[in-house]
Formats: sequence, C-alpha cells, structure tokens
Amino acid sequence: MTIEASNLSFRYGDRPVLREVSFALTSGRFHALLGPNGAGKSTLFGLLTRLLALQQGELRLAGQSLKHQPAEAMRQIGVVFQQNALDLDLTVRQNLQYHAALHGLSRKEGRARGDRELERFNLLERANDAVRQLNGGHRRRVEIARALLHEPSLLLLDEPTVGLDVASRKALNEHVRTLCEEDGLTVLWATHLIEEVREEDRVLILHQGQLLADGNGQAICDAEGTRDLAETFHALTGAG
Amino acid sequence: MKAAHYWHCFVGIQTREWLRFWQQRTRFASALVRPLLWLVVFAAGFRAVLGISIIPPYDTYITYETYIAPGLCGMIILFNSMQGALSMVYDRELGSMRVLLMSPLPRPFLLVTKLLAMGVVSIGQVYVFLLLALLVDVEPPLWGYLAVLPALILTSLMLGALGLLIATWIKQLENFAGVMNFVIFPMFFMSSALYPLWRMNEASPWLYWICQFNPFTHAVEAIRFSLYLEWNPMAFGITAGVTAMLALLATAGFRPQRTRVLGSKPA
Repeated sequence: MTIEASNLSFRYGDRPVLREVSFALTSGRFHALLGPNGAGKSTLFGLLTRLLALQQGELRLAGQSLKHQPAEAMRQIGVVFQQNALDLDLTVRQNLQYHAALHGLSRKEGRARGDRELERFNLLERANDAVRQLNGGHRRRVEIARALLHEPSLLLLDEPTVGLDVASRKALNEHVRTLCEEDGLTVLWATHLIEEVREEDRVLILHQGQLLADGNGQAICDAEGTRDLAETFHALTGAG
Repeated sequence: MKAAHYWHCFVGIQTREWLRFWQQRTRFASALVRPLLWLVVFAAGFRAVLGISIIPPYDTYITYETYIAPGLCGMIILFNSMQGALSMVYDRELGSMRVLLMSPLPRPFLLVTKLLAMGVVSIGQVYVFLLLALLVDVEPPLWGYLAVLPALILTSLMLGALGLLIATWIKQLENFAGVMNFVIFPMFFMSSALYPLWRMNEASPWLYWICQFNPFTHAVEAIRFSLYLEWNPMAFGITAGVTAMLALLATAGFRPQRTRVLGSKPA
C-alpha cells in the first residue's frame, strides 16, 4: 500500500506553506521527510491525516483519492503525532483500548491486539501503569504500538523524537526501522535531525514548502556532488 | 463499516469519558459547589424578595429553591458543555481529539458521540445535585427523576454542539473567561432559570422576548416540566429542533485547522 501526492499546495491565509509538492512513497520502505523547522512537514502531515482539508492538488492511497475514500484511508494509516496524544492519567492498556474502539474493534479484540503489540514492544508489564509513570521514550513506544493496533500498512510519524534524549531517539529510530523491515510497513518519518536519516533511506527534503530533493539518500548526495547527507541538507537548505 | 463497528466505537468513547471522570472526580465534585451555592445561599436570600405564584407545572405555591432547581440543572450542563467543548479544541482534550479524528468512522458520528459522552458525565452531576437538593426540600416526584432524562440528554447535546460551534468559529472566545462573559452568563440570566418569564414581561417586555428566543429557556422549561411529570411540547420541540440544528452545524462545520487539534502552530 502506498501513497501518492500530486501538486499539493497549501496556504494559511496569504502565507504559502506548501508549493506544488509531488511524491509517491515506495511500499514497504523507510522514508525520511527531512526539513528544517517551518519547512511545511506538519502541514503535509495534516493533509495526509485529513486534519487539514486539501486546498490544491491530490492525495491518492493505493490509487484511490483520499478525499473520496476517507474511511479506507484511515484504516490503512497509523499516525504518531508530534505532540503527545495519550491520556496521561489512564493506563497504557486503557489508552490502547480507546484507540481500538475508535477503529470499531470489540473490547476483547482490542485488548488482545493491544497486549500483542505491547509484548512485541517489551511493554506488556507496564500495561496497567498510568502513562504518566512512563518515561518519554516509553510513551513514544506506546504511541507507536497504538498506531499499529489496527494493522495499518502505512505509518506516519511527525517528529516522533522531539523531547527525547539522544539514546532514546536512537533507540526509537532503530525500533521503527525494524518494524519496517519485519512487517513490510511503509514508513514516513518526519524530522529536522540529520542523524536520524541514513543514506540508504529514501529521502525527501522539504524546505520553505518546496520539495528540493526526492530519492535514495546516496543518489541525492551524488547528484548534489556532496560527501554526505548532512552536507547535502546544508547545501540545499542552509540548515543542519 | 458495520453497525457493530459504530457500537464498539460509541462504547469506547463513553468508557473513556467515564474513566477520565473517575480519575478527576475531585474536580467534578468541586464543580457542584457553584450550583449548590446558588441553591442554598442565593435562593435563601431571594426567597424573601420574590413571590412565586402558582404556575405550571407546579400545582401549589412553591419555594424559590424549588423554582430554580431545574434552572441550576441547566446551569451545570451549560458550564460543563462550554468547558468541555473548549477543552476539545484548545486544551486538555487535544490529544484525545487527534486520536478521535483518526478513526475511520464518519466525523459527525464521532463528534456527536464525544459530545454525548461528555453530556452523560454532566448528567451524572445533575443527578448528584438533585439528590443534594432534597436537603433543601426540593422534592420532585420519584418518576420525575427518570422522566427528566431525555430533556437532560437533549440539553447537554444542544449546549455541547453550541460550544463546539463557538470554539471552532469564534477565535475571540477561545478562553473560558470570554465564553463565560459572552455566552454562559447572558444565556443563563436571559432565561427562565432564575425567574418566571411572566415576571420578566412585567419588568421589561423586550427582555421577555429575548428570553423567549433564548433556546436555554426552553431547555430549562423542558427539564422543569418533565421533572414534575408534565408534558410541555413547545419547550421540548424547540429544544429538540435547536439541538438537531446545532449538532448538524457544529459537526458538518467542524474544521480541525481552525482549532489547535493539529498543533499549536502548524507549519
């Protein structure tokens, strides 16, 4: 399952935030959406998750327009937002069950799937703890487990490592890469941190609302004549 | 999507609201202080000033406490609904709203279910308030407690939808103080919650008509009549009609980008 964006443009009032952005994700691959703060990453996520209404351009999921098939799209997409979206006072399991119910799963099914994900994420023993008692890295893992509960084929993560220390950031990044490899998930990982991106990744560089590069990390470096992605990112955006 | 999916979703949203209520029960208990102060202190002071004649649905002279109790039930729902709606799009509930809106079920269904779930918690508070009101001799008939339930559900949905509509579309009212001054107090004072409208008509005919056009007046009357096992088709009809209209407007017109659901500063 993959997603295609064609000629996406978006503006807040007079301020353009996305300009003619087009790309198509490759099924089962890790994609890094790299851009400095304010590049338009969250707006793009807003459009992909239907929190923002399309103004111009089109989004297609497996060839079907997202606009006309919203329910099917939401079944196929799992999302981890930049800001925490967990109920801190509820337990880990209660949070997962709420999400399962929102996807129409019965209580029993929701619990079974929630426990299965938690086990896979080594968090089962924390199932009855309030989310408030978890550290930042574990909370993020719970959010990823929740996003995968309804078995989507596409996982969108909007700067999921914000607020985490270096070790947790690295661990989370590794974790999602493993999921991508093991489950064949298509992953779109937005970040402004070059160290979260590898040269073998498919990299999309967004700057001031425009997609400046799209392709294999190594190929982008070759095309730009740079030594590594950090240099490419700096050359293209002045950041990094 | 099958009916079972809708049902599981409905139950899930209700369950979460009750779990949160249980986690924050002290906050909910303190929310009862306001209507109780009105009932015990304000009503005691006003009882001496205001004479109440025999008006339907009451069949005898009643105390002022008895008169304002239904209005205070409305007030509990009014405060909760406005606070709840604001928290959905600006505040505590933002995270849960993001998760809610990622559901594959239709948005109007999700939003109405969410408003109903918040309403059910308000209604729980109304019942606790009515039990405490027994202490100041507000004693509606026993079946009245059951008969009032539909009016309470309609009122909570109506006011929740109004709150969501305001929170989505009126930027100037994104904080509770603004909503209190420009929505809650005018709606409450320009209604039949604290004084019968015939007295308002004597004092000021134009204010009387404003009260008549205020849907909260009809919600309070629907609560009052059903609590005393009387049928008031006009109050009920207007409340139901306004509820349907507001629910439609609030859910069809909901735009996450006009709120903070997406994040504080999307870029």
